[in-house]
Amino acid sequence: MTATATRPAGSSAPTPEPAPPAKRPRRNLTGYWLLLPGALWLAVFFVVPFYSLLATSLYDPGGSVLEGYDMSWAFGNYVTAIQEYWRPLVRSLWYGAVATAICLVLGYVLAYAIAFKAGRWKNLMLILVIAPFFTSFLVRTLSWKLLLRDDGFVVDTLQFLHVLGADGRLLATPVAVIAGLVYNFLPFMVLPLYASIDKIDPRLVEAAGDLYARPFVGFFKVTWPLSLPGVVSGTLLTFIPAVGDYINAQLLGSPGQRMIGNVIQNLFTDAGDYPVAGALSVMLMLLILVLVLVYVRRAGTEELL
Amino acid sequence: MVGNRRAGGGSQGPLSRRTFLKGAGASAFALGSVAVLPLFGTPSAMQDPRTCKAADVSARAKDLIVSNWPAYIDPPEKDYVSTLQLFEKQTGITVDYTDDVSDNAEFFAKVRNQLGDCQAIDRDIMVLTDWMAARVIDLGWVQPLERSRVQNLHDNLIPALRDRAWDPDRTYSAPWQSGLTGIAYNAKLTKEVGSFEALLTRPDLKGKVTLLSEMRDTMAFVIKVTGGDPDDFTEDQWQDGLDYLRKVVRGGHVRAFTGNEYIQDLTAGNIVACEAWSGDVIQAQFENPDIKFVVPEEGLNLWSDNMLVPNKAQHQENAESWIDFYYDPRNAAQLAAWVNYICPVEGAREEMEKIDDSLVDNRLIFPTEEELKDTFDFMALDERQNQQYEGEWSDVTGG
Repeated sequence: MTATATRPAGSSAPTPEPAPPAKRPRRNLTGYWLLLPGALWLAVFFVVPFYSLLATSLYDPGGSVLEGYDMSWAFGNYVTAIQEYWRPLVRSLWYGAVATAICLVLGYVLAYAIAFKAGRWKNLMLILVIAPFFTSFLVRTLSWKLLLRDDGFVVDTLQFLHVLGADGRLLATPVAVIAGLVYNFLPFMVLPLYASIDKIDPRLVEAAGDLYARPFVGFFKVTWPLSLPGVVSGTLLTFIPAVGDYINAQLLGSPGQRMIGNVIQNLFTDAGDYPVAGALSVMLMLLILVLVLVYVRRAGTEELL
Repeated sequence: MVGNRRAGGGSQGPLSRRTFLKGAGASAFALGSVAVLPLFGTPSAMQDPRTCKAADVSARAKDLIVSNWPAYIDPPEKDYVSTLQLFEKQTGITVDYTDDVSDNAEFFAKVRNQLGDCQAIDRDIMVLTDWMAARVIDLGWVQPLERSRVQNLHDNLIPALRDRAWDPDRTYSAPWQSGLTGIAYNAKLTKEVGSFEALLTRPDLKGKVTLLSEMRDTMAFVIKVTGGDPDDFTEDQWQDGLDYLRKVVRGGHVRAFTGNEYIQDLTAGNIVACEAWSGDVIQAQFENPDIKFVVPEEGLNLWSDNMLVPNKAQHQENAESWIDFYYDPRNAAQLAAWVNYICPVEGAREEMEKIDDSLVDNRLIFPTEEELKDTFDFMALDERQNQQYEGEWSDVTGG
């Protein structure tokens, strides 16, 4: 700091720089040229679609797919969207949060076991975590439908144990939707958690023990703080797609479990109501962005972003 | 640190250079956005089929591209010449047949940008259900058929399908297959469900019923139940029906609103009764005879999927040969024997006797004249009504 601060004062000092000044800008430009592909990619696949979405959300609500839409700064679309669809919006955030919390508990135990206790089974267990990706998302969710069906094994067992009433069911309930979300997004939690738990030096935990920390205290003083980067990226990777997901609610839920993704899809394809669908999409994006920023600030892991 | 910041910021005022640059950059960006946003409007999708058409190359290129729904045509087998192969043999036209239409709204979304902008979608025939066919014809996306080249259509179409309000003379459309919307139930798990009202109110069915997610299919019956006429109803009658359905849904009576997938739930026993399409049920009956189809007391809801020639299609004449071919009763009977939907071709029943005796008296393939007499259909909606009703419908079907 002091060096840079004093530099202007001592610029007359004889520090000979033999490079001709003409070469400098060219060398600086190379960096920008290298940026170009990435910047173009961002412009074409992010900036332009984002503007298009933003414009859609401000379309004149009097238009239609048939007559076309004009961008008329109709901010009222946002009011309509909130008034009519706050329920599925809140529900999505709620389901996403619950699914993320369950994923965190399950994923942490699993990642901890893989990193510290798996020994030579480590690689096999990691492959098993990734293995579900070999089949399509859709097929996996549909097979949950088979597992949880009304006269299937799971429901029968739960009814036998009187967890469910004789007429009880799992499909078409929030339980099934959240279970589907947890199942589908668990690997996104496990992998970052594993990556950061695996990096923890086990000697630190031993040292905590040597200093008379009980295992419980040792975990919360040493392992947990060191794994926080994994916790933050894992929860983000789970929460963000889970909130926007609509496949699980579509296949495992009933009308009462409709999430915001289902509403947007429905408004775009069936009702042809582009403005409100656009407003909902922009709102979902901003909402998640704000939540993520607050979360990351509070967790004190800005360097992750 | 402090000295550094002062040196960098200058001493003119409380506004540092960095803040100023940041602010200026952000405002420039915001202004730029404001200027750019109006460019992203969506133009009108209306076209004029008289001007938006391609030169017909049928005479030179013996090709035809057809887009249809899945499981909607007889597949060729070793000892069986399919209707499609027969057509190719008779006409010398090579058919490129794809089953890529699985949802009207989805297909519409897929072709909207091209057809709305008068561009080719590289198809000569697309098959869409009545209400969507009406919509795309309204948009001017469909080429009229040359009457003399589809004579079989005008001679053999069954009377019940002739007087559709959206295409009274069948100038633009030709039904591929028709079907009934009604009630299906699993006879092993419940007793007969005879009316739509019973389906929505019988206490023993609570939570074990699905309805179709197609707004027109379901609302036609609901409006009938609440005393309106689906062919011609008022705004009040629509709201009455919607209120009725809302109460039923809120009470937890309806388990889901579905597309074709209800048939798996019905055979698996997750549901015991549902609103259903006739052809699905007949096909499911081959494997599970407990599945029954009922024509509800409220009446018959008859619909069809229609062949349409989109604008800019290059092989219209070949497409017309195809339509004419399938309106020959013999070919129609052969097709109906496989797909099991209602055959829209007069005289196919007589031909069916030669193919498969057991299907001749199946009233879900060949309904009697009287049965078809009082069928009802959903009133034609304009674009704004469509948007309003679909919106209100999805608010009820999704809590």
